[in-house]
Amino acid sequence: MLKQYETVFIMTPVLSDEQMKETVKKFENILLEKGAEIIHQENWGLRRFEYQIQKKSTGFYHLFEFKAEPHVVAEFELQFRRDEKIMRYLTVALDKHAIAYSEKRRNLRKAKEQNN
Amino acid sequence: MAQQTDIKYLTPIAVDIKQKKYCRFKKSGIKYIDYKDGEFLKRFVNEQGRILPRRLTGTSLKFQKKVAQAVKRARHLSLLPFVADNLKTNQ
Repeated sequence: MLKQYETVFIMTPVLSDEQMKETVKKFENILLEKGAEIIHQENWGLRRFEYQIQKKSTGFYHLFEFKAEPHVVAEFELQFRRDEKIMRYLTVALDKHAIAYSEKRRNLRKAKEQNN
Repeated sequence: MAQQTDIKYLTPIAVDIKQKKYCRFKKSGIKYIDYKDGEFLKRFVNEQGRILPRRLTGTSLKFQKKVAQAVKRARHLSLLPFVADNLKTNQ
């Protein structure tokens, strides 16, 4: 049964733009190979931290929203642990209220992008 | 001997009218508290970055737990600090 998940992860700011995109692409492929269905992606770009992580104070944030089998998440997170470019990650299962909220949020963002 | 009437209290007795507290989530019908939205979560955190207790905010237990979990997740992703000195003033 496909459950819906949301993962936010932080990449070190040392990366150049291509490397950052390449890493995101790599994780996207990992997900697709495991049969997950990516619903939505968001790149928050470079953001300042509220406290230092690994002696750095900024990082690239990226969000994945996907539907997957429950066992896929553990393997996916294993890849995060292996990759040293990823400083931190957080995967959250979405219940029905969360799914409704993220849908609303997505339409809001799309509407905003359209009119500016 | 001080007159009985003119007893001076050190601090004026705080007799404030007891305002009925309400859970703002139930009232406004919010169902999900997003951990990614730092600005919204800042309202439930005090100057030092600590989570505000229910007796001050008046939120119901169900939503206070959701707020607490969202704040802790935001702290993990460093969207909110664990400890801060003037979180809300320097904007």
